[in-house]
Amino acid sequence: MARSVTQQRKIINTAAAWAVGLLIFFPILWTILTSFKTEAQAISDPPVFLAFDWTLENYSVVMERSNYMRFLWNSVIIAGGSTLLGILIAIPAAWSMAFVPSKRTKDILLWMLSTKMLPAVGVLYPIYLIFIKMGLLDTRIALVIVLMLINLPIIVWMLYTYFKEIPGEILEAARMDGASLRDEVLYVLTPMAIPGIASTILLNVILAWNEAFWTLNLTAAKAAPLTAFIASYSSPEGLFYAKLSAASTMAIAPILILGWFSQKQLVSGLTFGAVK
Amino acid sequence: MATQHSRSAARIMMAPAVILLLGWMLVPLIMTLFFSFKKYLPLRGGDLGWVGFENYVRFVTSSSFWPSVLTTLVIVGGVLLITVILGVLLAILLNQPMWGQGMVRILVIAPFFVMPTVSALVWKNMFMDPVNGLFAHLWKFFGASPVEWLTQVPMTSIIVIVSWQWLPFATLILLTAIQSLDGEQLEASEMDGAPPLARFAFITLPHLGRAITVVVLIQTIFLLSIFAEIFVTTQGAFGTRTLTYLIYQRVLESQNVGLGSAGGVYAIILANIVAIFLMRIVGKNLDA
Amino acid sequence: MGQIQLQQVTKSFGNVEVIPPLDLTIEDGEFTVFVGPSGCGKSTLLRLIAGLEDVTSGHIAIDGTDATTLPPAKRGLAMVFQSYALYPHMSVRKNIAFPMRMAKVSQAEQDKRIDAAAKALNLTDYLDRRPGQLSGGQRQRVAIGRAIVREPEAFLFDEPLSNLDAALRVGMRMEISELHEKLKTTMIYVTHDQVEAMTMADKIVVLQAGVIEQVGSPLELYRSPQNKFVAGFIGSPKMNFVEGAEAAKYGAHSVGFRPEHISVSTTEGTWQGTVGVAEHLGSDTYLHIHGVPGCDPMTVRASGEFTVRHGDTVFLTPDMNHIHKFDADGLRVS
Repeated sequence: MARSVTQQRKIINTAAAWAVGLLIFFPILWTILTSFKTEAQAISDPPVFLAFDWTLENYSVVMERSNYMRFLWNSVIIAGGSTLLGILIAIPAAWSMAFVPSKRTKDILLWMLSTKMLPAVGVLYPIYLIFIKMGLLDTRIALVIVLMLINLPIIVWMLYTYFKEIPGEILEAARMDGASLRDEVLYVLTPMAIPGIASTILLNVILAWNEAFWTLNLTAAKAAPLTAFIASYSSPEGLFYAKLSAASTMAIAPILILGWFSQKQLVSGLTFGAVK
Repeated sequence: MATQHSRSAARIMMAPAVILLLGWMLVPLIMTLFFSFKKYLPLRGGDLGWVGFENYVRFVTSSSFWPSVLTTLVIVGGVLLITVILGVLLAILLNQPMWGQGMVRILVIAPFFVMPTVSALVWKNMFMDPVNGLFAHLWKFFGASPVEWLTQVPMTSIIVIVSWQWLPFATLILLTAIQSLDGEQLEASEMDGAPPLARFAFITLPHLGRAITVVVLIQTIFLLSIFAEIFVTTQGAFGTRTLTYLIYQRVLESQNVGLGSAGGVYAIILANIVAIFLMRIVGKNLDA
Repeated sequence: MGQIQLQQVTKSFGNVEVIPPLDLTIEDGEFTVFVGPSGCGKSTLLRLIAGLEDVTSGHIAIDGTDATTLPPAKRGLAMVFQSYALYPHMSVRKNIAFPMRMAKVSQAEQDKRIDAAAKALNLTDYLDRRPGQLSGGQRQRVAIGRAIVREPEAFLFDEPLSNLDAALRVGMRMEISELHEKLKTTMIYVTHDQVEAMTMADKIVVLQAGVIEQVGSPLELYRSPQNKFVAGFIGSPKMNFVEGAEAAKYGAHSVGFRPEHISVSTTEGTWQGTVGVAEHLGSDTYLHIHGVPGCDPMTVRASGEFTVRHGDTVFLTPDMNHIHKFDADGLRVS
């Protein structure tokens, strides 16, 4: 039951929340602002907040100089590819667990989760070695495979949760209507689960986009995505604040926007349904 | 509740996911175990034969082992403490009636979507740089001499950076949990004459107990393996070498695969101890 | 053609046998109703016929050919579910077209059948809506439409009316009965509501705990129930059972009289009792009488004009032409 709140209290709440919100958001805001400054203004003392000559120069420099588009393209391929591949493998698995549950379903789900908890560094060398032997080191395929595998448990889990909300009778109706298993999944289950599939895709693109262990350790020049591109700025010769800011803004902007859309699904997706 | 047809179909449809994950888990795990019992230096002679438990012993007796364990614990513990306490407070604040709630929520969540390399680099250069960083300006403004964050107080700096990244996660989950709290329960306790602090201690906090546990466990698993933040800021120098980073250095930098693998096995065991608790909670939720 | 034959069919879930060996034949064109209390296995039996569950042992034949292991799609049966199970992302037209699309029926033929079904079910104006925009009764008709266009060997209905309100239920009952008159296709209808069973069925199959208690026409079941369970289940209000010494006077372990076969008088009769609750329906009044030996309370039907009040003394006389006698095992004694 909503209750009337005194206007005064609401004003205080609003002020406090906005202050905290802006404080937390400030590093991102500052990065975005700096990306529009000249290098001199970026390190001016005292710092300038808004009263500077806005310029897009840093963006054009970053894109020309560091072959930004290739890194971006690698990120898109790796995040998108690993997510789509994961979805294709996970939909049938989630169908099985949601609609033909057996005594082992719960164990399988938990076991899948446990693979997610394997510390990456514990298996770094074997993976490294395998990809060298297969000639896949520093290729996008390698990262698509690895990121698909580390996110597969989350994808299966999220789809399973969404599929369970769909009444089994509708799939039985499809079976009675003469649909084969393929038709049932393709024409009935998938369209009905579109919202769930979409938010699963969204969350996993975000996770894959930001993944920074395998993307740093399995790539060099060819397949490096934006995470590695940004890391290359940590070397002293890359220290130009405005350009660093422009590069950072470009690396996080797409995912910030996607992320804001997916905040609702984030909670159940990341806690494996333990918090709803 | 199904037919033989659908059960066998289910097994086939589940097979790719299960086989892939099984391979992903077993193959590297067995290889890591295999290497951990060998003297294996790819750049200096390669496979030099079996050495039993020597790597395991050497890993824990090396002078960098215990400091790295301590570093790991301090980082994980510090970040957990900050994110959970601030997360609870922030969740309560965000749950109050106000104008522009959705917008504030977006502002608070944003850091979670920033890739780790970007946040580490932005904090390192634009905030913590002793000459041009915003903090340096701020310190000078108040007449203090700027701090060399990453060399003088490296642990604090890394904890601040990582906490900033994970605070949104904690807040979001705790906020979701608070919103599921039955308003009538709070009103009933209010009718019973409980003051606000007592209502928080006896109703809100116990209600959040499960969510806090989940936050702690999931964050622990991720925090145990933070990598990019250290890779970008200190490269493990100034006492910021965590267990994960130590293993990484053994394997890829000094190419002592046997030793690194033994370390990896320790890391796996450590993560599994945490994971068991998390799985219990998740598993219980599956039955409900 | 749609004769369905079950031979020694059993079904177990794990170690629990929900249907012990069972034989049943449903003739072509018959409207058969499976009725019984909830959990009696009637829905399971229907799902076995549909192929949505495997039989544990035994055989199911449709039209004389063995269908025991055929998947549901190959059995030529259409089913209407309790929840209607419409595809929420498809329009009404697409819902109805779906089984034909699966069967690769030509587009022209699809349109023809959809139009015919829509006309028959008053759905013509709703063909482009989504199921979510329809009322419960309309959804039900779409589900039936989707079943009709397949031109199945038999229709299976799984408690199709239980989600509708009482008024709508009576209307849909008539519509389904009319549909059967028109199509003359075999229909199997599962319900826990004995009124639905009595009003719609050619043949009623009464089930309890997976066992067929009796098979027969509605009037056969009403007139000569084979045992106390059927006697009590069929007919509304329930049959009164007189037990003990009073029953022994009629030479049986227990005897049953339906409320409509007992006359009430304020002056004289076989039994004496006091009026408890009186339910006035207008045309009839049902009285719950306390104090009758061996049966408390006894329900009787009086005319709507019969006015007695709570606590009044009345006399009851059973109609001996409609006595039902049962032995100690609850079986009918003639």
